[in-house]
Amino acid sequence: MEKQLTKDFKKSFENSNLDSKKINLKKEFLNKFIKEGLPGKNLENWKYSDLSKIIKREIGDLSFYNDISSPNKIDPSMYLVGLKHNSIVFINGRAEKIDLQFEEKDKVKISDNFEVEKISSDINSLVNLNNAFTEKNFVLTVKENYSFKKPLVIYHYTNKKLKSQNLNLRLSFELEKNASLKLIDVLDDFSEKNFINTFYTFKLNQDAILKNYKVDVKNNSNIKYSFTNIEQDKNSLSEIFILSSGSAFNKNEINCNLNGNYSSAFVNGILSLNKKKHHEIRTSINHLTESTKSYQLIKSVLENNARAVYQGKIFVSSDAQKTDGYQLSKAILLEDTTEFNAKPELEIYADDVKCSHGSASGSLNENSIFYIMSRGLNYKEAKELLINGFLLDVINKITDEEIKNLIKTMIGLKE
Amino acid sequence: MKTESSQNSREKEIEKLKKYKYGFSTDIENTKAPKGLNEEVIRFISNIKKEPKWLLDWRLKAYQRLKVLKEPNWQKPKYPKIDYQDLYYYSAPKSFKEKPKSLDDLDPKLLETYKKLGIPLQEQKRLNNIAVDAVFDSVSVATTFKDKLTEKGIIFCSISEAIQKHPELVRKYLGSVIPLTDHFFATLNSAVFTDGSFVYVPPGVRCPMELSTYFRINASDTGQFERTLIIADKGSYVSYLEGCTAPMRDENQLHAANVELIALDDAEIKYSTVQNWYPGDKDGKGGIYNFVTKRGLCKGINSKISWTQVETGSAITWKYPSCILKGDNSIGEFYSIAITNNHQKADTGTKMIHLGKNTKSKIISKGISAGFSDMTYRGLVDISKKADNSRNYTQCDSLLMGNKCGAHTVPYITNKNSGSNLAHEATTSKISEEQLHYCQQRGLNSEEAVGLIVNGFCKEVLQQLPMEFAVEAQKLVGISLEGSVG
Repeated sequence: MEKQLTKDFKKSFENSNLDSKKINLKKEFLNKFIKEGLPGKNLENWKYSDLSKIIKREIGDLSFYNDISSPNKIDPSMYLVGLKHNSIVFINGRAEKIDLQFEEKDKVKISDNFEVEKISSDINSLVNLNNAFTEKNFVLTVKENYSFKKPLVIYHYTNKKLKSQNLNLRLSFELEKNASLKLIDVLDDFSEKNFINTFYTFKLNQDAILKNYKVDVKNNSNIKYSFTNIEQDKNSLSEIFILSSGSAFNKNEINCNLNGNYSSAFVNGILSLNKKKHHEIRTSINHLTESTKSYQLIKSVLENNARAVYQGKIFVSSDAQKTDGYQLSKAILLEDTTEFNAKPELEIYADDVKCSHGSASGSLNENSIFYIMSRGLNYKEAKELLINGFLLDVINKITDEEIKNLIKTMIGLKE
Repeated sequence: MKTESSQNSREKEIEKLKKYKYGFSTDIENTKAPKGLNEEVIRFISNIKKEPKWLLDWRLKAYQRLKVLKEPNWQKPKYPKIDYQDLYYYSAPKSFKEKPKSLDDLDPKLLETYKKLGIPLQEQKRLNNIAVDAVFDSVSVATTFKDKLTEKGIIFCSISEAIQKHPELVRKYLGSVIPLTDHFFATLNSAVFTDGSFVYVPPGVRCPMELSTYFRINASDTGQFERTLIIADKGSYVSYLEGCTAPMRDENQLHAANVELIALDDAEIKYSTVQNWYPGDKDGKGGIYNFVTKRGLCKGINSKISWTQVETGSAITWKYPSCILKGDNSIGEFYSIAITNNHQKADTGTKMIHLGKNTKSKIISKGISAGFSDMTYRGLVDISKKADNSRNYTQCDSLLMGNKCGAHTVPYITNKNSGSNLAHEATTSKISEEQLHYCQQRGLNSEEAVGLIVNGFCKEVLQQLPMEFAVEAQKLVGISLEGSVG
């Protein structure tokens, strides 16, 4: 892999207009990545998802050079219908179209300068890979007191041209004081067997509100990793919702630092998996100051050799008195071939806190099925009804009505 | 209203209790193996214990394995590197070349030591119905109530004696639950273990009394490596208690024991520990490193193993009493109270490995941390593909006193069977002001109030202990937290 990396790195930046200082910095990241390699199960955070093995098995040899010089055609059928929205379209990692038609132009700023973000490089080796190969870092700033009128949808579209390739993407968002943004990430794949490595950073200033919905429902054989870092200032609020279902492998990591008083973070997720899919959600919510709140709810439904992993951590520093932290993960295993792994973790250094977590996994309750069948439904319908109710619980945590209904229709849930 | 004198006497009592009352050391001459860890020392230990060749080979095999193993380092409490060459691996009272035939031959100093510890070895003086095996440094010094047990066919003796008298049993089961190739400390123990208890309960026998081992580390620079093996044959029942203390010393001492339990068809083993090793002084100097491997195998159908532990001592406690639920319908239970104060650190929990059908496990863990201490619950529940209809329930609660201490919960949960159900709950909180206020309003002072609330918090676990131990444990809970309020 080392040869390929150096070769593709050279190819990627030989015609780049980055200055030599930046390229040298990138080279450092590359060398770091070469030294560490892809993360494997010898690392605690990758205990249940051995990425290096999975990539070897599913993809084989990766190439890292991504040609973004020529534009791709946008297929209009990929747009979400029934929801008025702004959009940014990425096709094979290339930004094709930015359309903020519903917003005031001077209230939103987009730049694509490369700057090494403050993500510490000791998160894992993938951040180094990302730093080495991303040429552009999109930064979207929402100005003070401005609220997005309509949601912003980012389409991550890949087409058949892409094969056995590594794609790196870096997006940053800053919400100034009292700003708010609704963001939907739609993963839409027509390509096969690629490794997509995405890093998001969000900076929420005082009183800012972020709602981010990540939707992965289209069946595809790609391997995905996404890391989201959120920094929250006083009285800010973040709501993350993950619908993880389509890709062959997908690991979503959320790291949230509650730096200001009265800030709160909500992470909700659904892992609905079949056909040998292997998805993971790993969260780390760090309560760093007084009077902060976090809430997490993750539910999984598994069938046909699928495997779901949830690793959630609540960290409470000794300054973070009056913390309220809650975490719940539940899984339904429909078949014996499926597997659910959980590691709900609490690390607490302050005494005036209320922290709890719960985790449960098992089969559908036969008594409930019997109850429903005795009222005239057949077995299949009874099962569907129960799963429907099980997942609806998470969907109902979505605070935006319009988006809630959109996601409901996406996975065919009924009220 | 209390009179002044009774107030004074109470304060004195508290002062007395705050000190580690088992901190004395016995001045007794010792036979020691040369310092260091090498083949010679292992041969020396094996030789002095007149062990058969197969056991020596077994030890040497473990030693070979040890050379390639590395010390684990994933645990939360970090400790300074232990120099394994600077330890004595064998220490025995000199008067002890031959094991005394009866208690009358025992060194009076030893008897005195155990009397001070509250464990009179002279049976006739004992009121409660407990048979004791006392282990002093590296050797077992006395086993009481032997005749009564022999009558029922129960074997309760030191493991060295068992190796001589019942080699077939020892050979069959030693290392069958904790193999030679296990982790570093278990393998170290396999290479250099000195003594410990051995229990065999024949088929269909219900052991009429509690069996107990009392461990005491006396000599300095000594590591204690005991090995306990308990076998409950078909349809039998045994309840076993373990207590431990050590003198106050400034340096850290290592305790790396291996405990193996085997329950055959329909058998039940109840294993209780009250661990009160010297925890170090209030600045965190000295104390015991308690790195213990405890594992039980529910080998037969309908078997049951239940662990109960009260962990109040040791500078660092690092142990996970586990159950391997191999037999169908077998049951594993784990009840734990871990209290850390001052600079103590504990990383403890359990593993429940469900292999058989209809297996059940229950985990109740209560952690209390005060002062500058750190407490971690770390546990694994693994339900394998074939373990149909298995159940697990886990509850771990932590109580924090002050904001200089930490309480952590790290459960690992794996479910591979759709017919099984797993539930895990954990909470962390402090003693609420309302509860304290309520108690104080009724005339208790703040220390008494905290003691009462903490005992209530631990009640579920304390109830599991045998009568005689429960009283002691309850007191211990109170003592360990003295001085942590206010």
